[in-house]
Amino acid sequence: MSELNGLTIAAARDALRKGEITSTELTEACLNAIDAADALNAFVHKTPEIARARAAAADQRIKAGDAPAMCGIPVGIKDLFCTKGVASQAGSRILEGFRPEYESTVSQQLADAGAVMLGKLNMDEFAMGSSNETSCYGNAVNPWRRGNDDAALTPGGSSGGSASAVAADLCLAATGTDTGGSIRQPAAFTGITGIKPTYGRCSRWGIVAFASSLDQAGPMTKDVRDAAIMLEAMCGHDPKDSTSADLAVPDFEAALTGDIRGKKIGIPREYRMDGMPDEIEKLWTDGTAMLKDAGAEIVDISLPHTKYALPAYYVVAPAEASSNLARYDGVRYGHRAKLAQGDGITEMYEKTRAEGFGHEVQRRVMIGTYVLSAGFYDAYYNRARKVRALIKRDFELVFGDGIDAILTPATPSAAFGLGEMADADPIAMYLNDVFTVTVNLAGLPGIAVPAGLDRQGLPLGLQLIGRPWEEGDLLNHAYVLERAAGFVSKPTKWW
Amino acid sequence: MSITEAEARKVAHLARIAVKEEDLSALAGELSAVLAFMEELNEVDVEGIEPMTSVTPMRLKRREDVVTDGGIQKQILSNAPDAREGFFAVPKVVE
Repeated sequence: MSELNGLTIAAARDALRKGEITSTELTEACLNAIDAADALNAFVHKTPEIARARAAAADQRIKAGDAPAMCGIPVGIKDLFCTKGVASQAGSRILEGFRPEYESTVSQQLADAGAVMLGKLNMDEFAMGSSNETSCYGNAVNPWRRGNDDAALTPGGSSGGSASAVAADLCLAATGTDTGGSIRQPAAFTGITGIKPTYGRCSRWGIVAFASSLDQAGPMTKDVRDAAIMLEAMCGHDPKDSTSADLAVPDFEAALTGDIRGKKIGIPREYRMDGMPDEIEKLWTDGTAMLKDAGAEIVDISLPHTKYALPAYYVVAPAEASSNLARYDGVRYGHRAKLAQGDGITEMYEKTRAEGFGHEVQRRVMIGTYVLSAGFYDAYYNRARKVRALIKRDFELVFGDGIDAILTPATPSAAFGLGEMADADPIAMYLNDVFTVTVNLAGLPGIAVPAGLDRQGLPLGLQLIGRPWEEGDLLNHAYVLERAAGFVSKPTKWW
Repeated sequence: MSITEAEARKVAHLARIAVKEEDLSALAGELSAVLAFMEELNEVDVEGIEPMTSVTPMRLKRREDVVTDGGIQKQILSNAPDAREGFFAVPKVVE
């Protein structure tokens, strides 16, 4: 057997249940890998004591024969999740020193299932970014490199630390969150699997809010089976989140039959962008052929409002963020600016937020404030919400015509170099989400699956989009694609 | 639509974020660029379309209007930058 930290959840679960390994051994292997990987800057708050205690408890539970699938599995938790007594900063200076008195529902469910928390993972500040370059902890680094070039590449964002940690085998899996592509884009950039479930599948309680109508948590894993196992442990109804759906959680792993014969796969023509790299185009064509070979019917479809998704997103998300981030005022938690003689409460707010928020967060809060302000609310915010309704209707129409899943590229390029986009305008960075953001606006489940390497040896991903609440069927399509693509490459260890 | 320095100053104040005078011009430029990107939405015919309020049609749950939590003052204050005598402390608000 290779090193324990390189195992999938499914393989580790089976070995744990057979008594071939213990969670303590598995956890130590991960802790060692984490300590040797500081160059990746993926884990920003390590919790070895918690990990060892939970591993010991999991071993007891496994011995007693009471072991859910996630029992004893070491995972990383994105810094956006509040974890009791453990720093939870959302990658921001403004939450420096914040130690929640409570645990997010999703991380609590994982803990209840016996999962072992190894620590907190790097991310873009308040999940606002596509390269992990807006983090107060500094950049997370992609374990993949371009051939022999040692230039540091982005692991994507906002769940960049999660992606880097899973791809580098520092943990078996990690939690992520996805507001416009923050699970799927980093998964594609690092050659791993990431699923954003239907809006309302996972409780948002205890996850630092960015844009409440778009945010969803999901797993980032080494393969599709692991995504099914971990998603099942993460989702379910939560009375503490009024938008969490009161629906039974299916057995997602059981949905992986590998049979998609007769299913209808939509190929949306609007996702064929001008200037799309040949390699992305080819990947998409190859993926289409793989699903066809597996017995699915390929259908050309139209989602006519696709090109308006990004501008609509960049109205709706900042608007919600400006409201959600109003709570960071230096009163109840986190950073408070040092005040000058005579400063009142307004100066306290303004200085605290200027010092605590990074540049991108400030810009988005101000954009959101502007589009919600008197005189502009109808022109920007209400118009964007109407366009959002049309984007959702596009999907409803094709699903109504019998389409089971939609295949698209996950990202418009492979991972780019850290710092390469520094001089680009913000819109160029926003284009990273061009294929993923429609899914959040429509509340649908979407999954990124690694499907090949580019000429430089970097992973590329494809995205499948499913019907609402049909994550099981979506995962099964992804499973077929994964098996056909046969992606097994791993980054060469340099860290 | 282009944002002036005066409008940038106003929006920064509304957002309660201190921006130095010398940075206002760059900020106005950045905000203008993002707003210009949003102008694309004006191409869409939205006549008769209801603005989306909830992505999944669901009725919010209701519960009995009773106290379900509380008595955790210490935990509530434990992360405050300045807490005194069981309260959050801030600079003087009312003269």
